[in-house]
Amino acid sequence: MEHYLSLFIRSIFIENLALSFFLGMCTFLAVSKKIETALGLGIAVILVQIITVPANNLIYQFLLKDGALAWAGMPDVDLSFLGLISYIGVIAAMVQILEMAMDKFTPALYNALGIFLPLITVNCAILGGTLFMVERDYNLAESAVYGVGSGLGWALAITAIAGIREKLKYSDVPDGLQGLGITFITAGLMALGFMAFSGIQL
Amino acid sequence: MASEIKSTVFDPLVDNNPITLQVLGVCSALAVTTNMMAALIMSIALTTVTAFSSAIISSIRNHIPSSIRIIVQMTIIASLVIIVDQLLKAYAYEASKQLSVFVGLIITNCIVLGRAEAYAMKNPPVMSFLDGIGNGLGYSLILMVVGFFRELLGAGKLFGHQIIPVANEGGWYIPNGLMLLPPSAFFVIGLLIWLIRSLKKEQVEPADYQIHQVHRTEVL
Repeated sequence: MEHYLSLFIRSIFIENLALSFFLGMCTFLAVSKKIETALGLGIAVILVQIITVPANNLIYQFLLKDGALAWAGMPDVDLSFLGLISYIGVIAAMVQILEMAMDKFTPALYNALGIFLPLITVNCAILGGTLFMVERDYNLAESAVYGVGSGLGWALAITAIAGIREKLKYSDVPDGLQGLGITFITAGLMALGFMAFSGIQL
Repeated sequence: MASEIKSTVFDPLVDNNPITLQVLGVCSALAVTTNMMAALIMSIALTTVTAFSSAIISSIRNHIPSSIRIIVQMTIIASLVIIVDQLLKAYAYEASKQLSVFVGLIITNCIVLGRAEAYAMKNPPVMSFLDGIGNGLGYSLILMVVGFFRELLGAGKLFGHQIIPVANEGGWYIPNGLMLLPPSAFFVIGLLIWLIRSLKKEQVEPADYQIHQVHRTEVL
């Protein structure tokens, strides 16, 4: 239990996908002007991470890993080179299914997230989460915990930067830094803040 | 025709740079720039993938139904990235280990999909190929500049060769460790954007909220 808890904390703060691995930066910089939209996108990322990381873990463990097809009588088959294309396929399909399910059962949430859901397919944070899961060889339970944690960490980061940017527009920024430039500097300072967590040993 | 080719290839370098103006493909630009070698390999990989994916997508653009085009594009891009990944693993294993997940993440690099959507779906294959090369080069330029500053100031090296003698090996330069850490990538790119936009005023974004407007007119 302690192992899972420390993995959870580590994936939110110490190994924050946005601020220490720079994943999902395009959306992180582009969709962080307002807190509400940032929060909506954050929630969508959490939902997709919760589903896709464990789903891809199952695919990796039982289909793609070296010798994973032993249950089908083919112990010598190594399909791990098909990894990337399978993961992105799973992510695209999951996002599509999630979109349809939300449209049917929770129309309010669907309308709130609307345009962000399809965008999530190409958010590197999602594929990045899956690839880190494969690289670190997590089992199913660990990958579920990692999915939730990394999604939460990303949502936390984008909501925080949206909050800063809402206030930042009232400050006097040099012309050349206006908009994108100052956002980069802000994100750098936030990353510096998050580095304080890296001293924590879990 | 010749001038069109020239502008397709060279415009994305500074005037319409994918990273500093279009905000595409930022993730890997930040992550792989701690040393120039990794940045160079990543640049070559991305430029190749962008050029070929644009060319392939463009050549079948009239046969892709628009409702499933993202999936089709993703499949083509993912296949190209798998080839690049396997080649790197075979011929440059050390580098591929160092780049870890970021080679795979070329799939979701917004430059590749962005150019496919914005350019390759509307233009013939050869021009799309050149557009891919141009945008890849624009990305590479930023990566190399950021990598140059981070490696030089952070470790006193370029491409792994010692350029400035560092203090703990008897030299005079005390390396700035911050340059090798994630936050510095944000700072270097932020300052780079500042520099480019100070030189090219037309890239400056209008402010959301003018705080000193009244004050300034009063002074004038």
